[in-house]
Amino acid sequence: MIAAALPHEAVGQADLKHAWLRHRVAVLRAAVVALAVLLLEAATRLGWIDQVSFIPPSRMAASAWHILWSGTYKADILLTLYAAGLAVILAVTFGFLFGVLLFKLPRLRRVLDPLLLSYYAVPIFVLYPMLIVLFGLNRWPLVALGFLFAVVAMAVNTLNGLERVPAVLLRTARMLRLGRAQEVRLITLPASLPFVFTGIKLAIVYSFIAVIGGEFVLSGAGFGYQIAYAYNNFDNPTMYGLMLLLLVFVGALNLLLHAMEQRLYQRRVLKELT
Amino acid sequence: MIPFPTARTAAGAGPVSSAPAAAKAHVAIREATRSYVARDTGRPFHALGPVSFDLREGEFFSVVGPSGCGKSTLLDLIAGLCAPSSGSVHFEGRQIAGEVPDGVAVVFQEDASFPWLTVYDNAAFGVRRNGLPEKEIRERVDHALSFMGLAGFANAYPSQLSGGMRQRVCIARAMVLRPRLMLLDEPFGALDQQTRLLMGEEMLKLWRDTGSTVMLITHSIDEAVLLSDRIGVMSSRPGTFIDIVETGWSRERDCKTALDPRYGALQAQIWGMLREESIKAMGVKP
Repeated sequence: MIAAALPHEAVGQADLKHAWLRHRVAVLRAAVVALAVLLLEAATRLGWIDQVSFIPPSRMAASAWHILWSGTYKADILLTLYAAGLAVILAVTFGFLFGVLLFKLPRLRRVLDPLLLSYYAVPIFVLYPMLIVLFGLNRWPLVALGFLFAVVAMAVNTLNGLERVPAVLLRTARMLRLGRAQEVRLITLPASLPFVFTGIKLAIVYSFIAVIGGEFVLSGAGFGYQIAYAYNNFDNPTMYGLMLLLLVFVGALNLLLHAMEQRLYQRRVLKELT
Repeated sequence: MIPFPTARTAAGAGPVSSAPAAAKAHVAIREATRSYVARDTGRPFHALGPVSFDLREGEFFSVVGPSGCGKSTLLDLIAGLCAPSSGSVHFEGRQIAGEVPDGVAVVFQEDASFPWLTVYDNAAFGVRRNGLPEKEIRERVDHALSFMGLAGFANAYPSQLSGGMRQRVCIARAMVLRPRLMLLDEPFGALDQQTRLLMGEEMLKLWRDTGSTVMLITHSIDEAVLLSDRIGVMSSRPGTFIDIVETGWSRERDCKTALDPRYGALQAQIWGMLREESIKAMGVKP
């Protein structure tokens, strides 16, 4: 009886210890964030920081909650989501096709490689005035900005994914007598999916950065515009409330995409490493 | 165990102890060469041949040779994965040129399991393209997985398996196709010695059960001598056959065959032929 119970108990303890080891980093990370928030709360409440420039996090949260439920900024939030969403769809579609094209045409790739590498050195926002001239004073310059900022990341990652399909898988496709279309659908796409997904993740993140940044600089509506508007009118609760909402939204989106990406990579890329 | 419909039984011949010289040619290779233009130097590169030989129906044929002698190129020619630059390759009387014919399966040296599919779906992948009923597919896959010792891993993903197990998944995938010709391109090359020996025995069992013709490319003389009916010994590049050695083993051979006095003699004979070729391949003077 005792002999049987002992190892069982040991296993239970090991499980507990294992769970702690696994989640230790996550717990510590949450603790660091919580501590920083508490510190800010204390600093503002105790007057270490002037409340005119920085409001307590609790008031930010209350304001964010109010903004969300009152629906005052619903139209702006939706405008931003639409613009960014459209930019993502365009960037993912054309970025993917561009990546495939680069993969298929090595000569084109050799020509464009240095340009693609230095692409993200260009502060894309300087193009905004030009885009307004091109598209007019509407939402399209923002969509274009989001698209331009995201499309190359998508293309480069698609190319990377296609290049990393192991040659032996393509030989296997031939051995199994798959046609060209079947090979692409059943082998090439699934094999390169983790890298393509990284491209999609980056396209989403970059589109949001560009659209909100663009709204901030020069726009008459949208999430970024409302933050800038509140800032110009010394409306601290609204400004911080909107910022907090944005932070939570983008953070949650990123965490979700990251988790999905990890799942994909665990199955496919770790195999290459072992 | 589900009996395999085989080329041998289909032809009406009973079990044979070892492929007799009179057995009909399953694969006929005549004066086949392969050369291509090297991408880095731009110079023509003569990889193989001319090679002429027959693979007899139902035999276990191994190819040994120094590294870089074109063994894998020879396999690619027979598989139809590349076309000969000159000469011809016939499988079951039909010419092969750069197209894999029906009835041929290849197991490669590298891990070719699909990481996004479960072990079951990996094994079923090839046969699903053939439009067989799902019940038949299930029977074949279940049988192949249990034969390869993977029955408990049907729902696992390749990333959860060891290298040897993944290679077994690839063999199961080939086996499910019920090929009449099985081509093995050093499939155990990356495995440790013990696993290798066990896999060799598995391959013998598979060969006996299915009656298909097997050609194995290997760099291990031991493996070749133990497993084969005949062993083709290749020269250094451009590879041609120096000799084709008959082992004369019975069909029921296993690792105990290594105790046969002829085993050592065969090993010595093949090593005698390969030694100088290997030195040449290394690029040093003997």
